[in-house]
Amino acid sequence: MRRLSAVHESRLAPIIGFCCLAMPVAAGADELNSGDTAWMLTATALVLFMTLPGLALFYGGLVRAKNVLSVLMQCFVSACAMSIVWIGWGYSLAFDTTGMKGGTMNLNSFVGGLGKFFLAGVGVDSMTGTIPESVFITFQMTFAIITPALIAGAFAERMKFSAMLLFSILWSTIVYAPVCHMAWSGAGGFFWDLDVLDFAGGTVVHINAGIAALVAAIMIGKREGFGQVPLPPHSLTITVIGAAMLWVGWFGFNAGSAVAANGAAGMAMLVTQIATAIAALTWMAIEWIKHGKPSVLGIVTGAVAGLVAITPASGSVGPLGALAIGFASGLCCFWGATSLKQKLGYDDSLDAFGVHGIGGIVGAILTGVFASESFGGLGLAKESIAEQVGVQVVSVAFTVVYSGLLSFVILKVVDVVVGLRVNNDDESQGLDLALHSEQGYNMEF
Amino acid sequence: MKLLKCVVRPNALEKVKEALSGLGVMGMTVSEVKGFGRQKGHKELYRGAEYTIDFTPKIEIEVVVGDDLAEQCVDAVCKAAQTGQIGDGKIFMVPVDEVVRIRTGETGDAAI
Repeated sequence: MRRLSAVHESRLAPIIGFCCLAMPVAAGADELNSGDTAWMLTATALVLFMTLPGLALFYGGLVRAKNVLSVLMQCFVSACAMSIVWIGWGYSLAFDTTGMKGGTMNLNSFVGGLGKFFLAGVGVDSMTGTIPESVFITFQMTFAIITPALIAGAFAERMKFSAMLLFSILWSTIVYAPVCHMAWSGAGGFFWDLDVLDFAGGTVVHINAGIAALVAAIMIGKREGFGQVPLPPHSLTITVIGAAMLWVGWFGFNAGSAVAANGAAGMAMLVTQIATAIAALTWMAIEWIKHGKPSVLGIVTGAVAGLVAITPASGSVGPLGALAIGFASGLCCFWGATSLKQKLGYDDSLDAFGVHGIGGIVGAILTGVFASESFGGLGLAKESIAEQVGVQVVSVAFTVVYSGLLSFVILKVVDVVVGLRVNNDDESQGLDLALHSEQGYNMEF
Repeated sequence: MKLLKCVVRPNALEKVKEALSGLGVMGMTVSEVKGFGRQKGHKELYRGAEYTIDFTPKIEIEVVVGDDLAEQCVDAVCKAAQTGQIGDGKIFMVPVDEVVRIRTGETGDAAI
């Protein structure tokens, strides 16, 4: 989301043109801008494309052939269920601004009210900034869809479908919507009032999902045979296609977070491309040096790491910052997905934490450095880099603790209600047959 | 009659087929198989997780021929499938008691 302090706005106005914040407070105050609206309609479709089929294929290729459908199903059902949760109460909990006042901390700094329960009061003429509120709702809905779907990478190949569905509904309500509210609902929001820079979802999407993924991977336990028998990806071809779709869709995610078709959107697009490219090359180079060969899975994972890390920064850094953030993310996520995971021994099957958690943290913190004009950024919201990094760290730490604790509680509850994990027989048979009575590939004749 | 089970490199299949056809062999059964002998498998690396894959993909060609043709066929397969490197494969020759052509009920050499 567009996140500019008052100081910030006046500083940037001549550069990128004043655009109304994505604040429901301002609803109705602006004229509809057809350019902005056209772009946001497009961006919304692009972000949905990230989940369906982007993430679904990215994850689907990484599991064994007997579980490919289970992963595609988890992404698909996430798109369906989160849509309903979002229009039901998610959007209201995230963007209802009742009781919020800039500089005042109260319950509504952390979570929205139910004023927009089932989109109460939203009509064809409702506005959010310069675009119809209907477009803003749908755009944000696609973020709410992909975030729980990201977590699925951690518990792939062993979680019950019912448990995954229940977890996603509870998690998006209790974890996603409040953190989204804190960051993006406007003046009075916890992160907003701290002057945290999170343009497109470092805390809201990636750290949030990454930490939940780590907690889930630890709680559900390792896959049968983890560390003893090979559990190789069944189709890296599918994974590469999915990663490529994620990359393309991410332009909607980051450039769309300007909520306008303006200079900020353009710069977000540019820095997204730069960070992704350098992170992919970094990962490739590390593998080449360390193992003697550059791997395909390595370069695409590096690309996703770059996309993740530039997300919070994409509205406030310039090309130099994008290079630095992409490089750091490639380096740190490689360490996270390989060394750290092996050292600690958890089975984050598809590296949801290693890429989204670590990449999100790297990006969120470095945003505080490279947003500075001295590094070619668009300007800090605080007076100095140290102060900006300080509030970035506070937002990261808060998200880690909040998502970590509540994800733990939600998983405990889901475990009691339906059980988290399939039994051993179902796991060895594969979730496609055991849970869905289907197979991804019927190659026999 | 003899059954020749020829385990060869996948890329040798075409040459073996042509060599056998050249000797007048009229049919064969081909399967994708995996195994290891002196040639061990390979290593795969996914995000730092190293897997040793012991079994190497091979093609098994099963062909039944008359006793008079068996030795020639073995030579032909060897010639067609040989690279001189470890992993060229093996040929197992097994005696066959009877062959029946299901369509006609013919037996013996006439059914091959």
